[in-house]
Amino acid sequence: MAKATFEVPELTQYTEVPAIQPGAMAHSATFKSKQEFQEQLGFPGELVDDWQVKAIDKMGELLGKYRSLRVYMDACVKCGSCTDKCHYFLGTNDPKNMPVGRQDLMRKVYRRYFTLSGKLFPKLVGAEDFTKEVLDDWYCYFHQCSQCRRCSVFCPYGIDTAEISMAAREIMDSIGVGQKYCNEIIGKVYKIGNNLGLPGPALADTLEGLEEDVYDDTGVKVRYPLDEEGAEILLITPSADFFAEPHVDGLIGYGKVFHEAGVSWTLSTHASEAANFGMFIGSYENMRRVAQRIREAAIQLKVKRIVFGECGHAWRVAYSFLNTLAGPWDFLDPRYPVPQHICEFTHELIQQGKLTFDKSENDDKVLTYHDSCNVARASRMGDMPGGQFEIPRAIIRATCNHFYDMDEDTIRDRTFCCGGGGGLLTDDLMEVRVKGAKPRLDALNNVIQEKGVTHMAAICAICKTQFSKVLPYYGMEMDQILSLHQLVSNAIVLTPGPDDAEEDEDDDLDGDDLDNDNKQENDEAA
Amino acid sequence: MAFLTNFYAFLFYFAAFVIVSGLAFKIVQYSRTPAPLKIPTTPAPTTRSGVVFRMMREVVLFESLFRGNKWTWIFGWMFHFGLFLVTLRHLRYFMEPVPFLIQLVQPYGIYGGFAMIVGLAGLWVRRFFVDRVKYITSLSDHLILGLLILIGCTGLLMKFVFHVDVVEIKTFFQGLYSFDIKPLPADPLLLLHLLLVASLMIIFPYSKLLHAPGLFFSPTRNQVDNPREQRHIAPWAKKLEQQ
Repeated sequence: MAKATFEVPELTQYTEVPAIQPGAMAHSATFKSKQEFQEQLGFPGELVDDWQVKAIDKMGELLGKYRSLRVYMDACVKCGSCTDKCHYFLGTNDPKNMPVGRQDLMRKVYRRYFTLSGKLFPKLVGAEDFTKEVLDDWYCYFHQCSQCRRCSVFCPYGIDTAEISMAAREIMDSIGVGQKYCNEIIGKVYKIGNNLGLPGPALADTLEGLEEDVYDDTGVKVRYPLDEEGAEILLITPSADFFAEPHVDGLIGYGKVFHEAGVSWTLSTHASEAANFGMFIGSYENMRRVAQRIREAAIQLKVKRIVFGECGHAWRVAYSFLNTLAGPWDFLDPRYPVPQHICEFTHELIQQGKLTFDKSENDDKVLTYHDSCNVARASRMGDMPGGQFEIPRAIIRATCNHFYDMDEDTIRDRTFCCGGGGGLLTDDLMEVRVKGAKPRLDALNNVIQEKGVTHMAAICAICKTQFSKVLPYYGMEMDQILSLHQLVSNAIVLTPGPDDAEEDEDDDLDGDDLDNDNKQENDEAA
Repeated sequence: MAFLTNFYAFLFYFAAFVIVSGLAFKIVQYSRTPAPLKIPTTPAPTTRSGVVFRMMREVVLFESLFRGNKWTWIFGWMFHFGLFLVTLRHLRYFMEPVPFLIQLVQPYGIYGGFAMIVGLAGLWVRRFFVDRVKYITSLSDHLILGLLILIGCTGLLMKFVFHVDVVEIKTFFQGLYSFDIKPLPADPLLLLHLLLVASLMIIFPYSKLLHAPGLFFSPTRNQVDNPREQRHIAPWAKKLEQQ
């Protein structure tokens, strides 16, 4: 059981809107980035001398580069619609965690330096000088936003606090105030190729191990190739998938799906990371540089298609930004969208009847599904708006007998963030993460009580890591969070290749399973 | 009272200049600022006509606010729809002949006046009694609400209690078109009403009232969800590619 140095909120049947408690999270301080991490991203190593002037200049530059920021600074009427929508506010009660409260930290500076009313009557319109205290507030509260965009759904003008958080972090980076977690990770991607800093040989080793495990389990040789030139599909997946439960079970599932599809595929050491933390820090240049690795890998490996593994914000960058940042993709097969989500890939095969499932393999579980924020509100799957909600659910229904959705107010485009997105998935923000998870876990707890749900599936590496860590704080088990493709992996009936063993010699149980699988496949084929 | 008439004539020329030039400046600024990335809040329409439909629902029905908070939606929509009817009703002062549609809408403009005040009062009450809304309210938010309520009240008082010579008012405004300044009735209620309206016009481009043009430029609402099909790139980002 995790030990908390702070009070873990009590779960409630429905998430109630708390009374505000100013300053409740003012002590939250994520570690600052050191000089070396700052400089490899092109930022000053420490707070520069004339930081105030530089920060205002940077804000002016961003106001000219991003229409979102420009419009959102002006448009807010303080109607209050967003005030009870942020999971961090609902979990911490701190009014600066209300979306508008967070935006106002920047808006008051904007008004002071960029509007006539703020220059003439600062008190009247709530404008303030950019003082060190304000900067400290920025650092504290712009690192309590997971950029999940739930607020933007309910804002009458679509004001997206994520855009403002990103801009604030970009401004802070530009004056030498960066966050260690994000900036160190981006450095690792540049140096090694992925967020976790796993070098090529380690990846090869892991993948080889997976091939052996899958063979031992199923008696079928499923390949997990790395850097294979000429493969049809390049799979880009979060590096967590190589590393830890429950992520790796998802990767096993992708491999099985590719096996059944009969397509050649490969991972890449150069682009062994789907995540793009350049987005979290609002840095277009860094986001572009991280995204370019995928283009380079695709060219180098001469692939025809790009498929992304389960990762929430990575899918946002992939779906919404990859064409912008690293396109055009005219050298790839034009019959497929670039990029595709692994769920789109699997779902299409299911619809074509190319996958066979034994749903009873998942009968030990009762499932619910967590819509990851960046997939839900910042991307799409398939041809229809909302495909990002329907396709993963269709895959669960195809692979599991027992599935229940959580409360309607907390799923689809109203889903609550896991509490660890947007660059907050670090131990120095554990209090924010645990408290921010409360609204999601209220809803989860509700279906656990009422429907007997045992597990929650997700398609985001951050969600999976975050839930593994915070579920125990609320008295749940860390392994109640699963990869969606783990369910696929459990239920999929594999077709043995020519060199696969007919019978498994050393393990009767597995041999039986295989026989059953084969039998069912024959039944379905007949 | 030539001085008062001249003062109000000048005031309205000035207010009209400020609101038109101020809004034009902001609209040009918004439209010239690139949106470098595709950021529609999804699910979003995949076609241009779908986006037009989404924007219409936002502008006419306040769809997102409806999903966000029912009370704010009820009061906010009452106020805005009321204001819309009142504005239509007032067009009779600025047009000759008065179009049939504007004649038709006259009685509804009065209901609009009441709806507007009820809506504004509801919105104002929230600023005192909902702790979250109270926290985010600044003095200017109160003043703008007060200004709008006073405009509504002075207008309704002139309609129902202290009548003014509407023909003379119309003559005054018609005269402004041709820089022919006709006398304005020196009625205190009317003068207050007009002073407040002119103030509203002047602060419009310098305040949160910019939400009106802002909505149309909000990338989370006005972008088509088609990033995989169509490459979207801003001019400044294009330059990075040429390096």
